[in-house]
Amino acid sequence: MLQVKNLHASINDKEILKGINLEIKAGEVHAIMGPNGSGKSTLSAVIAGKEEYEVTEGSVLLNNEDLEDFAPEERAHKGIFLSFQYPIEIPGVTVTNFIKTAINSTRKAKGLEDLPAKEMLKLIREKADLLEIDRKFLSRSLNEGFSGGEKKRNEIFQMAMLEPKLAILDETDSGLDIDALKVVANGVNKLKSKDNAVLVITHYQRLLDYIVPDFVHVLHNGKIVKSGGKELALELEEKGYDWLK
Amino acid sequence: MDLKEKLVSSFLAFENKGGIDLDSNTHSIRSKAIQNFEKDGFPTKKDEEWKYTSLKPLLKNDFSLFPETEKSIGFKNIEDYLINDIESYKLIFIDGVFSSFLSDTTHDECDVCVLSSALTRPKYKMVVDNYFNTIAKNNNSLSELNTAFAKEGAFVNIPKNTILAKPIQILNFSTGSEKEVMLQPRNLVVVGENSHVQIIERHQNLSKNTTLTNAVTEIFVHKRAIVDYYKIQNDTDDSSLIDSTFVSQKQQSVASVHTYSFGGKIIRNNLEFYHEGEHITSHLNGISILNDKQHVDNHTLVNHKFPNCESHELYKGIYADKSTGVFNGKVIVQQAAQKTNAFQQNNNILIDDGATINAKPQLEIFADDVKCSHGCTIGQLDESALFYMQSRGIPKKEAKALLLFAFGNDVVEKIKIPQLKSRITKLIAKNLGVELGFDL
Repeated sequence: MLQVKNLHASINDKEILKGINLEIKAGEVHAIMGPNGSGKSTLSAVIAGKEEYEVTEGSVLLNNEDLEDFAPEERAHKGIFLSFQYPIEIPGVTVTNFIKTAINSTRKAKGLEDLPAKEMLKLIREKADLLEIDRKFLSRSLNEGFSGGEKKRNEIFQMAMLEPKLAILDETDSGLDIDALKVVANGVNKLKSKDNAVLVITHYQRLLDYIVPDFVHVLHNGKIVKSGGKELALELEEKGYDWLK
Repeated sequence: MDLKEKLVSSFLAFENKGGIDLDSNTHSIRSKAIQNFEKDGFPTKKDEEWKYTSLKPLLKNDFSLFPETEKSIGFKNIEDYLINDIESYKLIFIDGVFSSFLSDTTHDECDVCVLSSALTRPKYKMVVDNYFNTIAKNNNSLSELNTAFAKEGAFVNIPKNTILAKPIQILNFSTGSEKEVMLQPRNLVVVGENSHVQIIERHQNLSKNTTLTNAVTEIFVHKRAIVDYYKIQNDTDDSSLIDSTFVSQKQQSVASVHTYSFGGKIIRNNLEFYHEGEHITSHLNGISILNDKQHVDNHTLVNHKFPNCESHELYKGIYADKSTGVFNGKVIVQQAAQKTNAFQQNNNILIDDGATINAKPQLEIFADDVKCSHGCTIGQLDESALFYMQSRGIPKKEAKALLLFAFGNDVVEKIKIPQLKSRITKLIAKNLGVELGFDL
């Protein structure tokens, strides 16, 4: 599904990613772990198409299509979803209106009519229930004044609504207490299928107890320095990252 | 002959055909006003209050001061500019002349009619003598000019204990019957004790010809009365507006003036609130959304003279292309005005590199037990917010518009007439060039 080939990317002429190779197949869960500053968030932002980053070499392919020339929204239409480490607050736009706009923009890009209001409402309720989101929450301004847990739950709610092919969860566990973590992980697990894939980016092994990866990669200084199965996460938790440097 | 000379020399002819008794109070007010205008003339950029707004390019036009009225204007020509989905009183002026055919006035529970009849009829002499030109007097040369030619406009006189169920719409149309037209509407609004009124005002050019409107509105709000005044400024690129609105409030009254500036060549709003009692609340709300080379200048003043009053001011501006904005918000808290709460906020977004905003908050506080705050921001669209929205599949253009919508939303939220709110929302969407799939 996703192929990252020898990816080099820089921001303000500073190279952050220095040749990343990664292949994720449908139905798989991959985890990328690594110390602060290793390039984890950069990798997720580059896959999602953030314009500040310049891809200097290599490529990112989704279902064999090079994503280079596609804007972030076009990548979203093709099925990439990035859950933000720090979701942005947008005062004045409710959660419901935001997700309606997102869904209908995606449908429009696919040549479909707007989803009828009734169906939209049904879908919103169904997915909100999945993530144990209070209905009142849906009429609040997007992320404004949300707790860390509410923001992350809202990210996964949007993911549930948009049903991406590849979901990238960037530090989704940060700022979550254990109960919220379970709700979020449970939501992700319910959305998993043989047709989609998940890339979990995390600093700690904790989240991986709940979203169990098929592969774990260690990112250090812009490169993947080690890959393995889920047991690698445990090893990292025990030994830290120093032994890999 | 320049415009000033032309105006001054037209004055006598205007007075002679106006049907005003030359011994009357109105006559002496007008005569004094034209003298003041003759002395001071039009303001220039040397005047501190006009530092960022030049009238010079406008004054070069050879304006018709008393244009021919286009008689063939029917409801069809103007309906787009009315809020049609509510019952309302309507005062419609075509090229400065009242159209009884298009209007919907009343003398039942209150007077909603034209100023020209109020100025001449004995029945209204008391009201006119008590209020007309009492706050606008000696304020600035442009309002003096308006006073000199004050004749047509809205006269709203609401007795005490009257809650007007229907809002009043005041619309001034310019039809382009002549190439360059200058209009000077004058409104007088008197709201009695415990009464409540909502007014929507609009100036609209129906042609591609040049229009300059120099409008003055005086609003008197008595004890415990509530006034909501909405100004829609969405005129053509060849239309300019100088609007001076003066509000005088008595104790425990609440007055709100909302100004939506979306279009026009030059818009200058002078908005002044004077407190004449305790426990008064004043609201000043504004949104400006401009593009091309449009210019808007919002000059506001709240003069706190008595204790225990509050004022809330919120102005937002979105400037694209080479448009320019001015925000000059002055708050005076006089020594006697203890326990004043005065809040002022002005937030601006510059979308393009060529856009400009000059913001000048001015607080003059002479009392020591007060809460006053002001905040002023000038920024650009938040790139990280744009990326966030794009990553959810919302195209950049829509994402921008949505962010701008959200930016102005707290001002729109203050509109108390739902149909008007929906109209303003649509106007904003149109100005931002998007279709929204929902109502905010």
